[in-house]
This record gives sequence, structure tokens and C-alpha cells, in this order.
Amino acid sequence: MRKSLFLGIAAVAIVASGCARRTPPPEVAPPIGEVGPGGEQVAPGDVELTELPAQQADLIAKAGSDTVYFGTDEYLLDESAKATLAAQARWLLANPNVRASIEGHADERGTREYNLALGERRANAARDFLVSQGVPTSRLLVTSWGKERPVAIGSNEEAWAQNRRAVTVLVR
Amino acid sequence: MRPIVMSFAFVLAGTASAQDAPAPEFELVGGSVKQAVTIAVPAMPGMAVGRDIAEVIASDLRSTGRFTPIGPGGIGSYAQGQAAAPAYGEWRGAGAGALVTGFAEPRADGRLTVACYLHDVTAGRLLANQGFTVGQTDWRRAAHKCADLVYSRLSGQGAYLDTRVVYVAESGPKTRRTKRIAIMDSDGSNHRYLTAGKATVTMPRFSPRGDRLVYTGTLARKPRVFVLDIASGRERLLVPGGAITFAPRFSPDGRRIVFSWANNGNTDIYVVNADGGVPQRLTSAPGADTSPSYSPDGRRIVFESDRSGSQQLYMMDAGGSGQRRISFGGGRYASPVWSPRGDLIAFTRIAGTFNIGVMSASGGAARILTNGWQDEGPSWAPNGQFVMFNRIARGGGSTLYAVPIDGGPARRMPTPQDGSDPSWSPLQS
Repeated sequence: MRKSLFLGIAAVAIVASGCARRTPPPEVAPPIGEVGPGGEQVAPGDVELTELPAQQADLIAKAGSDTVYFGTDEYLLDESAKATLAAQARWLLANPNVRASIEGHADERGTREYNLALGERRANAARDFLVSQGVPTSRLLVTSWGKERPVAIGSNEEAWAQNRRAVTVLVR
Repeated sequence: MRPIVMSFAFVLAGTASAQDAPAPEFELVGGSVKQAVTIAVPAMPGMAVGRDIAEVIASDLRSTGRFTPIGPGGIGSYAQGQAAAPAYGEWRGAGAGALVTGFAEPRADGRLTVACYLHDVTAGRLLANQGFTVGQTDWRRAAHKCADLVYSRLSGQGAYLDTRVVYVAESGPKTRRTKRIAIMDSDGSNHRYLTAGKATVTMPRFSPRGDRLVYTGTLARKPRVFVLDIASGRERLLVPGGAITFAPRFSPDGRRIVFSWANNGNTDIYVVNADGGVPQRLTSAPGADTSPSYSPDGRRIVFESDRSGSQQLYMMDAGGSGQRRISFGGGRYASPVWSPRGDLIAFTRIAGTFNIGVMSASGGAARILTNGWQDEGPSWAPNGQFVMFNRIARGGGSTLYAVPIDGGPARRMPTPQDGSDPSWSPLQS
């Protein structure tokens, strides 16, 4: 014998699409800035950037490197890093039509959130040094990739040392 | 014998899905099974899906680490009319201490009725029963609800099996990793991707009602917090204007989002209305303050900070006052997450290796639950009894695991690719 089992409760059906998801452009609040692809206002700092491979190659050739390196859990610039950044600054001053995104990275031996913060410290240190060499702040952006974009795979000191870095990426 | 009068019925609002495949296999790793109950889960009569339902129930119960399910294959059956009053002697003879019966029936409106009965075979009586109305393609929800009924009645713990998991699916070489946000049922089924994989995405977290995610994406080469509506796929940048924002979490009432903001070499914790607005700064100490997590009553926030010189755990009132350190054991402590029960805080401890541990929210010794090389990113099950995390093997890929806080076996979560940054949904209604 089966008893009546159910109370009457209205069903709310939520249908989730299993198909590819639409991605509308992000909504942003401030009214100033550029106009995005959908005609909406996009704030400064929220416009996608384009890398400049030819200029990047020239920076590396003339300044010696687009990358400086850091000790474990460190964000201080050693003398070698300062020398590299000074050369980058000279290049940037000689090439005033590009901006640079100074991008900090960390090795895998930190938790994800902390490594984002550490990468920002590194990028910020490099940016501040470039400013001290005369590069206008308005031409420099700072960001962090945390441990998300290693250049060296390997769980050893050599790989970790290559990943603890700040890269000067030329952008438009 | 009088069956227990049914308490109430669930009418489950589920996601329509065409998947009828059986749940993916998982493995239990390490630990010991305490007092595993042998529970028979025969195929439910009434419709062919009744066997599928029994398979999911058995799989769910095995995953809890507390049951040794037998069936649906290789054991006896029963008629629909016997679901409420089975032949207990037969099941005792099969070696079962408990038994799950039920039935599945089509309704006139095209939906399914699924009934679930839990029996104490040894004592020969019905312990609990409940019925569910689900869309035809949502039969898995009924199976998870039935498994939850069994688990909670026999363990005394809250339900947690009718949940979803959102995480980051990873593929490709580590130097050019593709990361996509993916969502799946807690047993790995109904898996789908929510982002396309062009932008780096990390740390997705459910809203308290499970309808939205907040996560760290990338825009203009910076980490940025986005809010995504799961059903529609629409997403919105939380803090515009080029701010480096990451590690977001919803408040328990879903109305605010707490997150980290890095600027000028300092990272601090801010809170903002979930619909956007002017963020309110909560911390200002020099140092990296990140990974905030609300207490379930919304009155306090636990977070990590290296203001003392190394990563440690801190607690503060939700408005930012009363900041005080709460971790004092050896090693560094990171990524704290408050249990939905309010009693414990899970975290990642860094002491050579990274391992997941829990500590009392009122302070006290930490217990380490895992022994991998790099275990991080804890997330609680809604009943506060399990912690999901990702494990990276040295030189290897990233895998999701769920570990019970009582020291039982950890369960490897089945994902089609590598996975990281899991977030366990609230219990679905």
C-alpha cells in the first residue's frame, strides 16, 4: 500500500543552457573613458591592451633584457636588476610613443592569493625604479600574474629562480 | 507496521541536462573507514531510471566513507508495493544492516515522482522516508536527496550530497596553461564549462544561494574580480577603473563581496556591494592582506596577512575593527575559509609542503588533514564535515580531493582534466 507522499508545492524550473555561453562585455560604472565594442562606456584601465612584438624585441636588444629577477619571497631590486631597469628606462625615454605594463610573477612555492600580492610588489618596485629614472608614471602600468604564468617548468631552484621576475611588456 | 508519516516533499528545481551516463568513478585515498555500515541499495522498481537512481545513491554513500553499499547489481529486488515494507529477513540474509528502497513513477505533467525509504534491517523497521518531484532529466537530484536522507539520518550530520562544485579546469603545458571555470554535480556528473578559456581565471566561489559565482578573471592584463550569473552566463566587472582585484568571496547574505585590492605595492581587503559601488577599505597595514572569508553569521572575517613578517591568519569584525592574529603554530598559514557551521576554519599550512588543516574558530591547536606535496585552496561542504582542495603532485598535475575532517579517507573528485580552486555549493533546495 502506498501512502500519499507529497504536499502540493509549485515547482520552479530553472533551465540552464548546456550550450556555449554568451559573453557580453563587462558592465562598468564610470562615465568617462573610451567606448567599448557594444557602445558602452569603458573606464580607463579596463580597455584591453595590445602587445608590440617588434618594439619588444628592440627593447630587449638595446636594454639587454625586458626582465629582472628576485630572491625567494623578495621584492627588492638588486644591483643587476637596477642596471637592467636603468637601461629599460633609457629605451623608454628614447621611445616615447609606447606604454609599458610592468608585470610581476612568483614561483610555485606560494599560495595563489599571496603570490598575486607578491607579484604586484615586484612589479611595483620595478615601476618605481623606472619612475626614479625619469619615465613618466602615466606611461607605466603595474600588474601581477602571481604564479599563473611560469616561464620555467620544474620544481627545482633553477626553475623557481627564473619564475620570480618582473617583465616590462610594451603595450598600446 | 505503521510507516513513519512523511515529513515533507521536495520539489526540486534542477538544471535540464541531457546526460544519462552513469556517474564517473572516483577513488578513496588513504585514511580508514570507521564503522562502515553495509547498506543494500537495490534497483528501484517502477521505471528503468530506478536502477540509475540506485547506482547514484550507492555511489554517493560510498563517497562519504561511512558506508559499504551493496547493489544494485548482484543483489535481490522488490516489488513497488514492498518499498515501504520490505522483507527484512531477506536483507539480513544478504548481510545488510540498512536498506534503501523506493520507486520512480511518471506523473501526468511529465515529471517524475521518486520515493525514498531508509530501513534499519537489523531492527526490521522503517527509519525515514521522503518523496521528491523532479523533471525527467533531473532524476539525479532525487538520488542525491535520497542519499542525503540516508547519510544524515545515520550519521547525525547535515546533508551535503545534493550540491555542485565549481572549479578551474586546467589543461596544456604549465607555461601556457588554459584555465576555464567548470561546474559539475558533487559526484562529477553534469559537467560543463562556464568560461571559454582565453583569459586566465582562478578562485571561483559560489554565492550563498548557489546562483552566482564571483571569481578572479583577467582584463587589460590585470587580475580582476567578476560576478557571473550561472544560469544566464552574464558577467559583470565588480570594480572598474583598472584596479587589481582578486580573491573575492560573498558575504553570507549574498549582498556584499569582500576581496583583495593590490595597489602601490600593498594589498588590502575591501568590501563592496555585490551589485557594485564604492568599495570600503577594511585593512590598511603594510603587507599583503588577502584571502578573506566571512563567518557564517556575517559578523567576522578571517583573512591572511604577512604583516608580522610571514603569512599568518587573522580575524577581524566585518567592519574592519579588532584585527588580531589567530595562528601561532609552526609554519606559515594561508587561504583561510570559515566552516558553514561556524566552528572551524580550514586553511593551507606551509611548512616545507603545503597541507590542509583545520583549527577552532575560537583559537586553538590546528589539525593537519592532508599529507600531499602541495595541497591548497580549501572549500567546505555545506555540512562542515568535508573540505575540498586541490593537490599538485611534485612535477605533476593538479587534482581535486575531498577530505573528511574526522580523519576518514579522502575522495578524489572525478574531473575530465586537471582541476584547481574548487568551491563547494550550498545545499541545493
